[in-house]
Amino acid sequence: MTEGILIGLTTALSFQNIFMVMIGCFFGTIIGMLPGLGPMTAIALMIPITYGFDPATGLILMAGVYYGAVFGGSTSSILLNAPGVPGTVATSFDGYPMAQQGKAGKALAIAAWSSFAGGTLSAIYLLFMAPSLSKVSLSFRSPDYFALMILGLTAIAAFSSKGQFLKAMMMVVLGLMLASVGQDSLSDITRFTFDNMNLTDGISFVLVVMSTFAMSEALTIILKRNDPTSAAKQVSLTELGSIRINKEERGKMYRTIPRSSVIGFLIGVLPGAGATIASFLAYGMERNLVKDEEKEKFGKGSVNGLSAPETANNAACSGSFVPMLTLGIPGSGTTAVMLGALLGFGIQPGPRLYMTNPEIFWSVIMSMYIGMVILLILNLPLIPYIARILAVPKNYLIPLILFFSITGIYVMSFNNFDIYLMIGIAVVATFLRLYDFPMPPLILAFVLGGLMEENLRRSLLLSNGSWEFLWDRTLTVCILVTTILIVLWHIYKTFTKKKS
Amino acid sequence: MNINTTKIISLLFFIFSAFYLYTAYQIQVFAFDENAPFNARTFPIYLGYAGLFFSGLKLILPDPDTIKVEHRTLEYKKTALLIVIAIIYGATILKVGYFLTTSLFLFASYYFLGERRWVLMFLLSFPFVAGFMYLLHGVLEIYLRDPFLKSIGVMG
Repeated sequence: MTEGILIGLTTALSFQNIFMVMIGCFFGTIIGMLPGLGPMTAIALMIPITYGFDPATGLILMAGVYYGAVFGGSTSSILLNAPGVPGTVATSFDGYPMAQQGKAGKALAIAAWSSFAGGTLSAIYLLFMAPSLSKVSLSFRSPDYFALMILGLTAIAAFSSKGQFLKAMMMVVLGLMLASVGQDSLSDITRFTFDNMNLTDGISFVLVVMSTFAMSEALTIILKRNDPTSAAKQVSLTELGSIRINKEERGKMYRTIPRSSVIGFLIGVLPGAGATIASFLAYGMERNLVKDEEKEKFGKGSVNGLSAPETANNAACSGSFVPMLTLGIPGSGTTAVMLGALLGFGIQPGPRLYMTNPEIFWSVIMSMYIGMVILLILNLPLIPYIARILAVPKNYLIPLILFFSITGIYVMSFNNFDIYLMIGIAVVATFLRLYDFPMPPLILAFVLGGLMEENLRRSLLLSNGSWEFLWDRTLTVCILVTTILIVLWHIYKTFTKKKS
Repeated sequence: MNINTTKIISLLFFIFSAFYLYTAYQIQVFAFDENAPFNARTFPIYLGYAGLFFSGLKLILPDPDTIKVEHRTLEYKKTALLIVIAIIYGATILKVGYFLTTSLFLFASYYFLGERRWVLMFLLSFPFVAGFMYLLHGVLEIYLRDPFLKSIGVMG
């Protein structure tokens, strides 16, 4: 392990990779700050650029973008009460009231320090947990993997659907259907191509990500331009105030950060849960743990109320790398995008990744820590300037997003058909978004589609076509029981919500 | 049963799943694979049924949180215009070349979205694309096909 850490440290500390983390953090912050554009859009826009680098550098760049975008999301939450990403919704509960009291600079500084501490602590947890999890995951067989994928898809559908579980499950099926287009991996028989040669190799992952996130996001922003409920609020850039945190506030943060980082990391590790649930849980937990006097301040600009979700969402970001790197199962929509990019590099994440490609495995983990430091150094002094990005007119922003999306596809295939297909998928995705059909389950299903079919094929062939493989092994049963519990919990939540 | 757009989308998804399932059954597999426990059509068939199941449930079950979209406030015209420009961009990019089509696409998009600061529009289209092209083609060595620049001798 020490050797691996040293390899990772050497790779992560190379000039090129430090530069990439810096670029990633900077652009991620800018993109994440723009309401409506989250880490998934930011990473999707970066994918075509990463193909010019080696896999470790590409992944380090994307990881930098990820942290930057999460931090950027906090900035728009605090300054505009318009969270750039769902994971920073809880940040706005106390961050925005603080900004309204003329303490925007302080709120941003608390967010930056909490993110840094949360990310750093969870990078340390990751350092120790990932190898042991890899060893455990080596005992996984095809039925377990198949069950784990069902669990991941069900969990992401349950957690990302805002109470619309069936809609999310429909998106999961649509994602799997899109993944089934093209040649069958074993027999090379073409499926759903309708004699169109352009579809023989299937639909490219980048195309699906670009169209369902970047492009449809841009179209949705234009479509809802005059919607009074989504109109962007103007921020007073002259009233950011001081960024200094006093002794009393630091004392509160010292107590909040360790417990929020633990809860954030553990939630992040679970497939499908991610930063949103982590931040809400940490906020709720903190509210229950503080003194009554502090409890009164929650929702009105509490330091604990701001620090807890910020720590937890960054800790969850690192945590979500655990299932991706060790099991090859992404824990969130964002890591699903990154998994797709890794597959594009020809690398199969999973239990053997840290043996076959230690430089990638460890350099990503080490670069997480470096990324946190850079994020703090870069963003803290730049807060007043970065905040001005929020004033970028949409008339320029939208065409540029469309341009990056189309260019991303064009440089990969030099094919008109792909551009038409991309526009078509983006139009459908925009329409579906209007009616709250979530896109992360679609992406996760699209990424897992091939692997899921492969594991089902092996399981069914080994059991001679019988579905007994689902209850033959204790591990498979445990995973399936967890899946059933998630579905039951979701049904229970829906009914209790209806009653109330 | 309350008919709303979500139900109509579910119905469309149901029809789509039925079509997908029908196409899945039509997938030609090798003769020796026909009765195998798993062949090229097995997984798509399960997916087709899953699509029918979930969209069917969505159709039948009551919808507690009906999504109301205020169509009057939506900018359909500008969105449609942007899509048309993107399609024209896609149709001409290979024949005309990356530089000219991309610059014109950006310029036209700024214009149709209501921008009228001509100098800024120009700077964020032609020189911006040239810079980006240099980054891709010159620095990252990603090939960009451009018959227009080739014809005027700028690109080799």
